[in-house]
Amino acid sequence: MIRFEDVSVTYDGATEPTVQGIDFEVPEGELVLLVGPSGTGKSTILNSVSGLVPHFTGGTLRGRVTVAGRDTRTHKPRELADVVGTVGQDPLSHFVTDTVEDELAYGMESLGLPPHVMRRRVEETLDLLGLTDLRARPISTLSGGQQQRVAIGSVLTPHPRALILDEPTSALDPAAAEEVLAVLQRLVHDLGTTILMAEHRLERVIQYADQIALLPGPGEPLSLGTPAEIMAVSPVYPPVVDLGRVAGWSPLPLTVRDARRRASDLRQRLAQAAGSRAAGAARVGAGGTPQARASETPPTATPTRRTWFRSRITPSPLPSPHAAEVQALSIHRTPTRALTDVTLTLTPGETVALMGRNGAGKSTLLNTLVGLIPPTSGTVLTGGTIPHRTPPHDLIRRVGLVPQEPRDLLYADTIAAECEAADADASAAPGTCRTLVTDLLPGMTGVPDDTHPRDLSEGQRLALALAVVLTARPPLLLLDEPTRGLDYAAKARLAAVLKTLAAEGHAIVLATHDVELAAEIADRVVLLADGEIIADGPAADVVVASPSFAPQVSKILAPQKWLTVAQVKAALGAPGPRS
Amino acid sequence: MHSGSRPQQQARASETPPPAPPRHRTHPTPLHPAAWWLWSLSLGIAATRTTNPLLLTLLIATSAYVVAARRPHTPWARSYSAFVKLALAVLLIRLAFAVTLGSPLPGTHVIVTLPEVPLPDWAQGIRLGGKVTAETLTFAFYDGLKLATLLICVGAANALASPTRLLKSLPGALYEMGVAVVVALTFAPNLIADIQRLRAARRLRGRPDSGLRGLLQVGLPVLEGALERSVALAAAMDARGYGRTADVPPRVRRTTNTLTLGGLLGVCAGTYGLLTAEGGTYGIPVLLAGVTAALAGLRLGGRRTPRTRYRPDPWGARAWLVTASGAAVAAALAWASVHDPAALHPGVIPLTTPTLPLYPAAAILLGLLPAFVTTPPEEPS
Repeated sequence: MIRFEDVSVTYDGATEPTVQGIDFEVPEGELVLLVGPSGTGKSTILNSVSGLVPHFTGGTLRGRVTVAGRDTRTHKPRELADVVGTVGQDPLSHFVTDTVEDELAYGMESLGLPPHVMRRRVEETLDLLGLTDLRARPISTLSGGQQQRVAIGSVLTPHPRALILDEPTSALDPAAAEEVLAVLQRLVHDLGTTILMAEHRLERVIQYADQIALLPGPGEPLSLGTPAEIMAVSPVYPPVVDLGRVAGWSPLPLTVRDARRRASDLRQRLAQAAGSRAAGAARVGAGGTPQARASETPPTATPTRRTWFRSRITPSPLPSPHAAEVQALSIHRTPTRALTDVTLTLTPGETVALMGRNGAGKSTLLNTLVGLIPPTSGTVLTGGTIPHRTPPHDLIRRVGLVPQEPRDLLYADTIAAECEAADADASAAPGTCRTLVTDLLPGMTGVPDDTHPRDLSEGQRLALALAVVLTARPPLLLLDEPTRGLDYAAKARLAAVLKTLAAEGHAIVLATHDVELAAEIADRVVLLADGEIIADGPAADVVVASPSFAPQVSKILAPQKWLTVAQVKAALGAPGPRS
Repeated sequence: MHSGSRPQQQARASETPPPAPPRHRTHPTPLHPAAWWLWSLSLGIAATRTTNPLLLTLLIATSAYVVAARRPHTPWARSYSAFVKLALAVLLIRLAFAVTLGSPLPGTHVIVTLPEVPLPDWAQGIRLGGKVTAETLTFAFYDGLKLATLLICVGAANALASPTRLLKSLPGALYEMGVAVVVALTFAPNLIADIQRLRAARRLRGRPDSGLRGLLQVGLPVLEGALERSVALAAAMDARGYGRTADVPPRVRRTTNTLTLGGLLGVCAGTYGLLTAEGGTYGIPVLLAGVTAALAGLRLGGRRTPRTRYRPDPWGARAWLVTASGAAVAAALAWASVHDPAALHPGVIPLTTPTLPLYPAAAILLGLLPAFVTTPPEEPS
């Protein structure tokens, strides 16, 4: 269906080809997952199927890409529109019209389908994707998951034979992601659509894949195989595979269900290991306080921890024992995005994960803590001051926020200028920010100082934004959806950095959809729904109790409360009592 | 180029047309957007025919009533309040100018005398400060109110039917140009949202989030972001078949070009003829011929685009009624402004109290018709 014959792509101005020697075929009616670390050219491969590479992006494509027998070299994207549907990472930049129904019809109108066919297909697609109630709604009023479904629907209506998706679930909460994936599975099963999809969050998608195409590293050859084969060698893998590797299972389990069926033995070993220390239940159960957490951190999880900040960064002393206090906070904006009667206290050294559906009010709460939104009623105190009344220059010493799009924080056109500006803003010693960048991401030393922030990878850009915020040494650090677009390696680095910061006494709040990250680093989880706090407690308790927010490890090892592979590894690796 | 016609053939082969088009509709058919625009613009035209504040207020009230009763629950329908604010600002600015710059009107009722700023010789004819008379203010108020009414009528059109809905009714040959215009129009709201977001982000960097410098500093990133989004949208549109063309014989293509170009030339020549004194005889025929040729060219040009239209808005009896009610208001006021100029243009010198002329006022009330003949908007789901 989709055929790559020895394809290499070199963008204009680049010395090296972005991808080379790509040679594989996506058979008709299969769902093929394209995986690999960031920067290995996944998006380039996806866009070359629809012809956007090279017709739209420029650059040179060697070799041949054919879709349903049409060569992309001789067919422009618009001439492939009836066989390939493409949905990019950001659904909002995909919409041409402004209501759901018109958007679904747009592609068919361009192709010139007769009106009665259009009418029928729009109705069918509305049903297929569960959008019937939203048909007349303006797209801008929809939630993230709904928008993603509309985007998929809008390319489905011309009945393309192949569907190309670039990270369809990365911006979605777990429930919305499952909604979208269920739709994709239905397309493959019922309509025989061929799907080629890239996704970083393998734990969400791997069970749907028929085959996996792996790009192990930049410039390395692509390998195609069944999920089990590929996962045995892949540098990126979901927690379930990690657990399988730790437990020595073969073949590797790919789904929670597979793993559960084999896990009885592991559960027993873990119960013994935990029982011998008589701490098994307590260790995760009492994760609520930073003290408990610090002693609980498994030793194997910290070999990379160095004294990164200890010497340089100590949070400035606080007049109040709390990093932030929120009392009966309510915010009324539009009826959909508001907070009702939220009370929350953050203590130094604790890491809190703020979870909930898209639009539940997570970002609003973070924005209130930094004074971007004044409370309608109730009080907010950040480091003893009222955030929206504190001058910005003063506020950055008390609280720092890394927004959803780290780029919003960066204005300068080189890393060096950005760091200088950050030092000046925070009145820190020159060079503070640059040192922080290197500390946060040792790999950044290789990046020249005059690189434009736009040209950095997602992980590098996040590190830079984090360094800029940390330059002012705020004792309270807020991160909004930090793992969007990060691969597993970048995520692990971020987790290590945040753990170090928490150990130094920073209070950290992260709004996230990433249950695995929350399980790994959070002491406490706060669940928001419709602007209200519906659960607030130790991570292990809150997360395990909720089917959609439970991490894979806890699903596999339930009823025992294990959250991460690192914990399991530590328990198995160090059977004796810890000294 | 062969691919353009393929989907149609495929679709026709596999899906035979149903005996009758599906008629059941769960939602009331919205009125044709062009009807709303014609109605609103007619009220606007009516507003230009009079300076009587009572009639103008009545026009505003009429359009506001219809907007309140019939505007859909969509984000762009909220633009009405923005237009009302703009109209108010225009009125105030007009009054402020009248106060500070004075006016050549020989008024006698002095309200206040502002200190006059002496201006150099080269600025002769301009006066800053000085006497402010009731006549000047009244004249400025009438004038400003007329402009404000016009703006509010345009706002009503925007709120009742978004310009993008109008786009659907554009002839095929012009469609792509129309999309470009609409995309350009959405650029501005996105830009404003970006500016707000980035200015908020300045606060996170510890810089003041207000002031001109702040605005300038976010300028470049905002433009970069907007440009990137436009490029992404262009890519998405391309990948979804925007701009596909069908094969047409070269003869048809040449005829199209000739007709369109010739038609446009004819329109130019005809307009010129109409505007100059000696061209009165050939002006109208040339203009008409030009318009006909251009329209024929457009129609023929539509063959090159294989686009079809999904659920085009039907132009039914209600659309006629709405358009007619607007046209009636415009016609009545145009007629009255000729036959009863005194009532429609109340005197400023000497100052007189404006009276409400009965027939024009009754005619304006005809503009309320759409609030009764159209279906109310759906409740938001």
